[in-house]
Amino acid sequence: MTLSATQRLEIIREKTRPTVNDYIPAIFNHFTELHGDRLYGDDAAILSGIATIDGTPVTVIAQVKGRNLEENKKSNFSMPHPEGYRKALRLAKQAEKFHRPVICLVDTPGAFCGVEAEKRGQGEAIAKNIAEFMTLKTPVISVVLGEGGSGGALALAVCDELAMLENALYSVISPRGFASILWKDPAREKEAAELMKITAENLVEFGVCDKIIAEPVGGAHNDPSATAENISDYLIEAIGRLTKIDIDTLLENRYQKFRKIGMFTEE
Amino acid sequence: MLEDLFKTVKDRFNAEKSETEKVKAPEIPKDLLFKCPRCQSVIFMDEFEKRRKTCPSCNYHARLSWKERLEITADKDSFEPFDEKMNSLNPIGFPEYEKKIKSLQEANDINDAIATGVCTIRGYKTVIGIMDSNFMMASMGSVVGEKITRAFEYATENKLPVILFTASGGARMQEGIVSLMQMAKTSGAVKRHSDAGGLYITVMTDPTTGGVTASFASLGDIILAEPKVLIGFAGRRVIQDTIKQKLPDDFQSAEFLLQSGFVDAIVERKGMRKALSNILRLHNYKKQSDSWQHG
Repeated sequence: MTLSATQRLEIIREKTRPTVNDYIPAIFNHFTELHGDRLYGDDAAILSGIATIDGTPVTVIAQVKGRNLEENKKSNFSMPHPEGYRKALRLAKQAEKFHRPVICLVDTPGAFCGVEAEKRGQGEAIAKNIAEFMTLKTPVISVVLGEGGSGGALALAVCDELAMLENALYSVISPRGFASILWKDPAREKEAAELMKITAENLVEFGVCDKIIAEPVGGAHNDPSATAENISDYLIEAIGRLTKIDIDTLLENRYQKFRKIGMFTEE
Repeated sequence: MLEDLFKTVKDRFNAEKSETEKVKAPEIPKDLLFKCPRCQSVIFMDEFEKRRKTCPSCNYHARLSWKERLEITADKDSFEPFDEKMNSLNPIGFPEYEKKIKSLQEANDINDAIATGVCTIRGYKTVIGIMDSNFMMASMGSVVGEKITRAFEYATENKLPVILFTASGGARMQEGIVSLMQMAKTSGAVKRHSDAGGLYITVMTDPTTGGVTASFASLGDIILAEPKVLIGFAGRRVIQDTIKQKLPDDFQSAEFLLQSGFVDAIVERKGMRKALSNILRLHNYKKQSDSWQHG
């Protein structure tokens, strides 16, 4: 049975839905966290480092949803500041140098909206990640775990392959924001969620999502380790496949993946 | 007859009375006066027009239509447009979207929120893009994304610089995820142009925000901005709601960005042609001719 966007929205808001703090230990070995953007500071909304998966070293860049209020306070509810995106880019460049695939785990309501974020160039930080990831000379795989919120998600989702957990959503703005701006009525959130076409299945149709990773019946929280295993199986397969492609072809394919998205006519 | 005379007096009296009432509660006729959204001062429209739509009190540089911008930027008759026949489809089936687009196309004499093409500026040939905030706040959907991408690809192929006048409310939500992907598509084309050694100048105009700030607008080799314009990622109201405090007036202004290090220079409208042609000269682009005429 296919679930509606609203039903999936409820599943990903489930308090016990696993986060990167559950998935990273379950999927990777030897995880070594690396902090800081070398420019301003360290942003706990993004957890990053080097690890192995099936024996292969990879760079992991992950957005941190907290499992409780305390964790969420620390990770700012997974809403990164510019230094978070700049840390991600620093580690991506490092991965390129050492020929490590990059795995991005996306789970954010969006980039943080605040005075300091503006002052330190939130727009510039996201723009730079998008442009640099487009030509990063190493395979990049992004997995949307729960919420893929707008530009704040896209900054970690310019990749060779985008996978989504079965119930994950990825959208240009939250359904609530959509209803609030276009209809001046945030209460019409559910209606917006259905209209916006934001489920993994919708995104496969738009050519945005390449792979849907199955979740246990009822959602990932019903069996976190089975979900982690599904993610792991996918990553191992994708890394094996993408590392065999020569880098020029990989980059041309990556460019074309985004180049062809758009719906218009020309007489 | 006497009755007629009284009637005239009565009419005149009424007319005078309504005149006084008007003074009491002045309504500003939109086509006669301009009220500056920054400093609230009011000036006559013809003076405002004469100053190329800038405020004499605070120097705010107001929004221009794509045609007005082209006229004060490009050499006369030098503009050759690209992709004028491209029409947006309706990716998520947003109610009435096609109808809205069609009426905006007619009102603004353009197919979507950006004009692209080639032109010369004081004799220097360049690819140019001008966003028009009259068209759905110049939000970026499929057509804007495709036109920008093609403009950069054309420039890369023909070894030309690109100048973009940015203005936008951000990604066009009515097109759903497809609009978000335009950020990646345009930025990819900018990156390829840059890697091929091409020069890209961004001119940020009022307002440059959201997904456009977070993609191609922030990727210029050189980023200029007009005085007092709004530039930012998040909406002012969103931030105000988050922090529950009033923000300072200059927050997210061009001057604020200059100070925080995200804009190279603030350039006034009257000096823009000169500034742009000078930057092109400094990058060794060659003048096509000396017989340019101010557009």
